[in-house]
Parts: sequence; C-alpha cells; structure tokens
Amino acid sequence: MQNSVQVDYRKKTVIRQKSNTFEYLKKHYFLYLMLAPALILTLIFKYGPMYGAIIAFKDFSPIKGIMGSEWVGLHNFEKFLSSPNFTDIFMNTLKLSLFGLILGFPVPILLALMLNQVRRAGVKKNIQLLLYAPNFISVVVVVGMLFIFLSPTGPINQLFSLFTNEPIMFMSRPEYFRWIYILSDIWTGAGWASIIYVAALANVDPELHNAANLDGANLLQRIRHIDLPTIRPIMAIVFILAAGNIMSIGFEKAYLMQTATNLPTAEIIPTYVYKIGLQAGDYAYSSAVGLFNSVINVILLVTVNFIVKKLNEGEGLY
Amino acid sequence: MFIKHSRLDRFILALNSTFLILAVLMVVLPLIYVVIASFMDPSVLLNHGLSFNISDWSLEGYKKILSNPAMIRGFGNAVFYASAFAILTVMVSICAGYALSDERLKGRSFFMTLFLITMFFGGGLVPTYLLVKNLGLLNTVWAVIIPGAVNIWNIILSRTFFKGVPKELREAANVDGASEMKIFLSVVLPLSKPIIFVLALYAFVGQWNSYFDAMIYLDNPSLHPLQLVLRSILIQNQVDPSMISDQLAMAEMKKLSEIIKYAAIVVSSLPLLIMYPFFQKYFEKGVMVGSLK
Repeated sequence: MQNSVQVDYRKKTVIRQKSNTFEYLKKHYFLYLMLAPALILTLIFKYGPMYGAIIAFKDFSPIKGIMGSEWVGLHNFEKFLSSPNFTDIFMNTLKLSLFGLILGFPVPILLALMLNQVRRAGVKKNIQLLLYAPNFISVVVVVGMLFIFLSPTGPINQLFSLFTNEPIMFMSRPEYFRWIYILSDIWTGAGWASIIYVAALANVDPELHNAANLDGANLLQRIRHIDLPTIRPIMAIVFILAAGNIMSIGFEKAYLMQTATNLPTAEIIPTYVYKIGLQAGDYAYSSAVGLFNSVINVILLVTVNFIVKKLNEGEGLY
Repeated sequence: MFIKHSRLDRFILALNSTFLILAVLMVVLPLIYVVIASFMDPSVLLNHGLSFNISDWSLEGYKKILSNPAMIRGFGNAVFYASAFAILTVMVSICAGYALSDERLKGRSFFMTLFLITMFFGGGLVPTYLLVKNLGLLNTVWAVIIPGAVNIWNIILSRTFFKGVPKELREAANVDGASEMKIFLSVVLPLSKPIIFVLALYAFVGQWNSYFDAMIYLDNPSLHPLQLVLRSILIQNQVDPSMISDQLAMAEMKKLSEIIKYAAIVVSSLPLLIMYPFFQKYFEKGVMVGSLK
C-alpha cells in the first residue's frame, strides 16, 4: 500500500517537471528563436569544418568523400614534420609573429601616453583622427603602396639614391620581408590599437596628478606611477590575446607581399596551407598542417595566459 | 587643474609634441604622396617625381581607371557584398545578443562557451573550403556573405549593449500583456540604434576591405569585388590592356600603369577615409564595448 503511494508520488513529479519544461519553452521559445540563426550558422560554418578536419587523418580521395576515405592516422602530420621545409616555414611563422608582437605591442601604449599629455582637446582629437586613418585602408592597398614606394624606381629609393648607387630591392630580398611586414603593420594598426589605452587614461582622476605634483613628482614619475598602473590590466589582456594569436598570423598580407624571391622568409604556415591545399589540391596534407597550427596556437594561448596570470597578480584572461 | 611644470617637465612635453608630430607625419605623408602622385602627368612623375606646378598635372590616371569596366563592376559588387553582409551580420548578432543577455534563457553559459571556442580554434582553411563547396555555394555571392556572418565579437558587443538596457523596460511591457516579440520589436529595438550602427559599420568596412574569401570562393571575374580587381592592378601588375591602347610603346605603358595605380588607390580608399571621421565616435564605441566583454 505504502509502496504504491510512493510510486504515484514520483510519477506526479515527473509529470510536473515535464510540463514545467513545456511551459518554460512555451513562454520563452522566442528567446531560442532569436538565438537560432547564430547557433545554426556557427554549427554549420564553424563546427562543420572542425568535423571536416578529420580528413587530416585520412588519405582523402574526393570520390570516396570524408567518411569513405582510408584512415592513415598521423601520417600526414609526420609528413609535414619530416618535410625539408618544415623548420623554415615553422620558424618563419614564429619569428614574424613574435617580432611583430615585440615591436608592435609597445607602440600603441606609447602613443596613448603621449596623446594623454596633449592639453587642448581639439588638437588631441585631430591628431587621433589622423593616426586612426590607416586602419581603414585595405590590405591590398597597403601592400600595393609598399610595392610602389619600395620599387627600385620608387620614392624611397629615390631618397636613398643620395647615399647609394644601387637601388635596394626591398620587396624581392628575403632579409627585408619581416621588417617591411612588421613596420607597415605598425603603420596601419598602432593608432587604432591605442584607442583603448587613450580611453582608460582619460578616466584617470586629475586630482591624482595634482596631488602627485604638489608632492614634487615630475612628469615622468607621474606617468610611471599613475598612468602606467591604470592601463596595466588592459596591457595584460591585449598581450594575452595577441600572444594567443601568434600562430594564426594573417594570411592575407603575407600572401600579397610574397614575390618569387623572398619566399625563404616570406613563406609562413597559412600561406603554405593555402598553396598545398587549394592550389595544389592536396586536401588532407594541407588540413593536417592547418590543424597542427591551430593546436600550437591553443597551447600558446593557455601557456601565455598562465604566465601573465602569475606575473600580473592573478589577473589573466580567464 | 594647476599643475606646475618644472623645467624638466617642459622639456619632456616639448619632446612629446615633437614625437607626436613625427608620428602624424609618418602616417600622413605616404597618403599625401599618393594623392598628389595620382594627379601627376605620367612622364613628369617618372622622370622628376612630384611637382607642384599645375601644368605638370593631369587627370589621365582617373580617366583610365574610371573607364575600366572591371573596376566599375568591382565597385558595384563590393557595395552589394558589403551591404548584404552588414545587414545579415547585424540581424544575426542583434538577435543572438538579445537572447543571450536575457537571464531567462536557460543554458546561456553553454551557448556562450560554444561561441567562444570558435574564437580560438577552427577547422582550418581546407575543411571550410570543402564545406562551402559541398553546400554548393562556390562561385555564388553567398560564399562571401554567409560563412562570416556570425562572429563572436559582434555577439559579445550586442549582448553587452542589451545587458545595459534596463530590465524594467521589458518587464513593464510584459505587464501590459505585450508578447516577447512585440517587446523586442517595439520597445528594445528602437533603443538599439547605436549598437546596430556600430555593428553595421564594422561589418561593412570589414567586407569592403577584404579579398581573401572572394579569392578562394569566386572564380568568375564578373563576381569579383573591388579588392580583387585592385589586387590584379596593384600587385599582379595586370593593367587591363583595354585601358591602354595597343599602339602605345612599352615605356608609355609602364608610365601609365604607375599613374593608374595611384588613381586606383585614391578612388578605392577615398570613400572610407572620407566617411570615417563622421563615424569615428561609433567606431571608437565599438572598440570600447568590445574590450569590456
């Protein structure tokens, strides 16, 4: 007798829960409807390729399709790691990105600290307007300008001809590639990247500076002890994000800047993936190289986040 | 504010101004050079460089570039792609951001994680390409518009915005008996103009300036956007023969192609550079909201 009552009781709860879920969905289905387009697009176009990446472990043949192709394990990865150009391409990617980070990271911070000293608001605003402008110029145009400016007969060589007899072949010599890439990156992006620091600095209470001034602190000391600590958390986050993207350095610009002769330094993993994959049609091998790159990237992100967290008193990205 | 500047301070401030002026010059001079060069007579430019003598100027480059059918078509395509992409991106991100900002949506953190993972990990170039190909999108305008339309940053931006909209507004409307959809359409959406504007601007500019998706997905030249046309002119040095008449000698052709390049840069970059100061406020807002997460 007692037993059956208990069962009844349980049944009731189950029914109530079900109707709760139903009620909930009936009441709030609109929210899920709103989420649906983004969710579906993400599943198809972001998670779909993640699933498709298993062709990296297969001997892919277009006729058999992704599922039907033969499983070859890590063969494609071994092929890349043991290929003669692996070291070059890997180091090119790492160096381009790392040097870019080291040279490029401080520039927006310096610009922001400098802009922060401009007293007249109108002047400051106009300077910002000019410094941000290159951010709106496309990669194609930026690289196009590089080719024009740095050509043997271009304006830079015309300037240099005062000192040297031979024009410098900037775009075709491997030793200049990284410099040109990184410096032009700073030209396009540094102003824009300073926005976030400028805004943080604008929120510093002027009283802090007044008090420090009364205490006899000079300008540099005030920048060091008031301005810099203000933007330090932002610096940490920007740095982690940049470091986490070290291996996912942009394909677009490097590919455009490549010439027949600068490849010894200009070939990086993304451009290599494009060439063997979409130009030569070796889908499986190219996917393996791309996947290898993504995994390294995730490892880097986690490591850098860990280190910055340690150095930055527990403040990391996550 | 009465900060007393010591002599050292004033020296540093002077140094500061000098460096800022240098930075501005470094940004602006190349742009000014391109603009002036685009108006130069081709042979004067090649032999003497820039000249400020009006008689050395010409509109030859602009005449050639504006009468080039590939360029015109590219311009039209770019306007279409960028607008369509902006509309789709805004709709998708606004809806998702709104849903994710609502505490009544169960499984919010699960969905956010799902979106966030895609920020740091992806399937890669070839699997994405194969997917687009298998969906039959290759060589259609959809290939450049749909796959990139959902972007985690945009969703975070709009979610942050909607979190700032007072909950009372939604609840008050709820008491009045309005449906969820009606609340969204008639109460929340009219308040969202700033975020819609920010998202649309970013999407438009991003699509306008990109060439990569179009390069891998669109073989058909009649579908090429402006940036791909520019690439063939500026980087692959393929000046359309129709722009230069056959009788001209090689040297003449080289001169003209230089001028055409400058004009092409000006024509393609000017719309954004002129537009951006008016919208600077919104662009900056985008950076700031995005950084707050």
